[in-house]
Amino acid sequence: MKLTISGAIVAYAAVSGAALAQTELALWYHGAGNEEEAAVLNGAIEDFNNAQGDWTVVVESFPQIAYNDSVVAAALAGNLPDILDIDGPVMPNWAWSGYLQPLQVDETLVSNFLPSTVGRWDGEIYSVGLWDAAVAIMTRQSTLDKYGIRVPTLEEPWSLEEFNAALETIKASGDFDYPLDLGTAWTGEWYPYAFSPFLQSFGGDIVNRDDYQSADGVLNGDAAIAFGEWWQSLFANDYAPGTSQDPAVRDTGLIDGKYAMSWNGNWAATPVLDAFGDDTLFLPAPDFGNGSTIGAGSWQFGISATSAHPDGAAAFIEHLMQDKYTAAFSDTLGLVPATPTAAAQSKYYAEGAPMEVFYGLSEAQALVRPVTPGYVVAAKVFEKALSDIANGGDVIDTLDAAVDEIDADIAKNGGYGH
Amino acid sequence: MASKLTQSNSAGWAFALPGFGLIALFIVVPFFFAFGLSLTNQRLVSPNPTEFVGLANYKNLLGVGMITLEPERNDAGEILRGQDGEIQYPRVRNYTRKNPDYPHLDGMREWFRWSSGDNAKVVLAKDVVFVKALKNTLTFVVIVAPLQASLALLLALLINQKLRGINVFRTIYFMPVVISIVVVSLLWRFIYSGDNGLLNNILGALTFGLFEPVDWLGQPSTALGAIIAMSIWQAVGFHMVIWLSGLQTISPVLYEAARIEGSSAWQTFKYVTWPGLRNTAVLILIVITMQAFAIFAQIDVMTSGGPLDSTQTLVFQAVERGYGKQDISGGSVISVILFLIVLSISLIQRWLTREKN
Repeated sequence: MKLTISGAIVAYAAVSGAALAQTELALWYHGAGNEEEAAVLNGAIEDFNNAQGDWTVVVESFPQIAYNDSVVAAALAGNLPDILDIDGPVMPNWAWSGYLQPLQVDETLVSNFLPSTVGRWDGEIYSVGLWDAAVAIMTRQSTLDKYGIRVPTLEEPWSLEEFNAALETIKASGDFDYPLDLGTAWTGEWYPYAFSPFLQSFGGDIVNRDDYQSADGVLNGDAAIAFGEWWQSLFANDYAPGTSQDPAVRDTGLIDGKYAMSWNGNWAATPVLDAFGDDTLFLPAPDFGNGSTIGAGSWQFGISATSAHPDGAAAFIEHLMQDKYTAAFSDTLGLVPATPTAAAQSKYYAEGAPMEVFYGLSEAQALVRPVTPGYVVAAKVFEKALSDIANGGDVIDTLDAAVDEIDADIAKNGGYGH
Repeated sequence: MASKLTQSNSAGWAFALPGFGLIALFIVVPFFFAFGLSLTNQRLVSPNPTEFVGLANYKNLLGVGMITLEPERNDAGEILRGQDGEIQYPRVRNYTRKNPDYPHLDGMREWFRWSSGDNAKVVLAKDVVFVKALKNTLTFVVIVAPLQASLALLLALLINQKLRGINVFRTIYFMPVVISIVVVSLLWRFIYSGDNGLLNNILGALTFGLFEPVDWLGQPSTALGAIIAMSIWQAVGFHMVIWLSGLQTISPVLYEAARIEGSSAWQTFKYVTWPGLRNTAVLILIVITMQAFAIFAQIDVMTSGGPLDSTQTLVFQAVERGYGKQDISGGSVISVILFLIVLSISLIQRWLTREKN
């Protein structure tokens, strides 16, 4: 009996030893449930595994909604994989918490990447993304023409007065339920991602980016209060549906003609293009005084701190960073390619292609969310503040409260290592 | 203390061990953890070492203060009034933000206010969201516990009859209990929708279009009420079944005797049914109270505590802080406070409903 068991062990070791000629690298990915996305990723992994003899990458996918929690739980339990995919604004928190190690890639490799796709913390690169996302005002040429509204451009976006006047005109016509759909139904990261650029365009911010030690004066200063009052007026005047917006109507309201304009991301662009064709317009954010700006930073790849094979993981990430994969992801998911060369060979972002404008937006206006480990908390505070203001809360008091909460959190965390 | 329970009863203890073990592991031990963590600055994830902070977390949560605001006056000493004639007061932030004359109010926010003469009395709280969550949770319990218990009893009486097809009714009333609360919450979100929700459509049809659509979950005045109604609908079937089991333990002989004595339906209920349900009633009251204090899923799915904190609750805040804002100590403090509240209320209920000799 004993002999057979040890015999089996020897046999097993021989078999697995042969299989282990390539060292296994685990990769966690957030895109479970999306078959097209999985196909592109698996294709890239297969290419990598076949192209060299040292490493085999094995992917495990999670649903996006549970992904961050899973990583945090795995980190607490000491079970992180070698390669992680990471949401851009969360990266500093994970790096600071010690989940990640710096990514050893050559600076020249990322030189032509959009700056927002390279995750940097503490002077080092921790993550690289193949794509970014961009947000635009989606509407129809015919709608603007009908009400005599100027079509804004990247060089000359709408001013605050022009934007308000446009909303007022459309509202007064009574042709739509609401002139503007902001997507307030999408709770969570959408709020800081989509709406903090408005605040920044007014001249405020979520936190003071000089040293990331306080939000006082930037989130409750004069500029922020002006933003807050404008934000509240959108809902008080019924220009936009409030926080109880039905998520289903958010998805189809523009196409169904309930909304005249929709503030939405490139990932939602294809249905609009299908519905409106050449009549579709993707317009830049208004310039509220400090330039027109949009949020940036999407999913990126990095290496866990506990990985025993950072060289293999880095080799895989460098392999992924080829234009053909960037273009493939872009063609499948409608994402903005990270490099101009990939954009040129992609379906939607090549010159003259229907979504080329988003690449321009990402290139010209993108501002990443505050690069600090405290962002994770500040984002939640910011979301609550915007909901409260939208629901009629006192602007100044609400912003003060948000500042107090963010500052208390920064203090409690010893300044988050800045 | 030698009794049958402790002596030569090893088989009994062995049977109890798995249950006791699980309860200890997943309820008792975590509670002591929570209590310990609530005295520290523990984060969910952080490279910084955990520090002992004493009762600071409790002070931050429970601190309240009060301030009397005098009206704003012009140079002539007249009271300034707004467009509608309301008196203008200075902003509370002038006193609570970096004002060296009012150090005890630093960082506080307005909870509520009332006028007293020309002055306004403002009650401030260190953590307004917490006190609102506390108030909402208590409101929820005070309304849900009696309403749900009596509705469940009514349903139990209705289905405790020998009618053909009574099982169909039993199944229908019990159905919401079996469905996941998350699914129920999502469905009710559609029902309550302000744009084209089922409830607004029904009310509109019943009143021939006179009814103005209401955004049930979107305004502070109706959001909590909407969640209360939905929660009762969802959970009432469960307690109906407990009442039913109580009803069926009452001996039919008693009813027969009552009928012979010529007792009316109300008299039968009052002198036969109700006394027979005494122990069931105690159980139901305590169970509903404890369940109501734990309200979380409906809030998480339907409102996230909004609009304007009108549906914040203690458990939702505990999760939001501990996990969402990575502040384990903050979540633990709320859990400990909730535990103490539920414990004291349960003890009071036990005492009030004790067997009086």
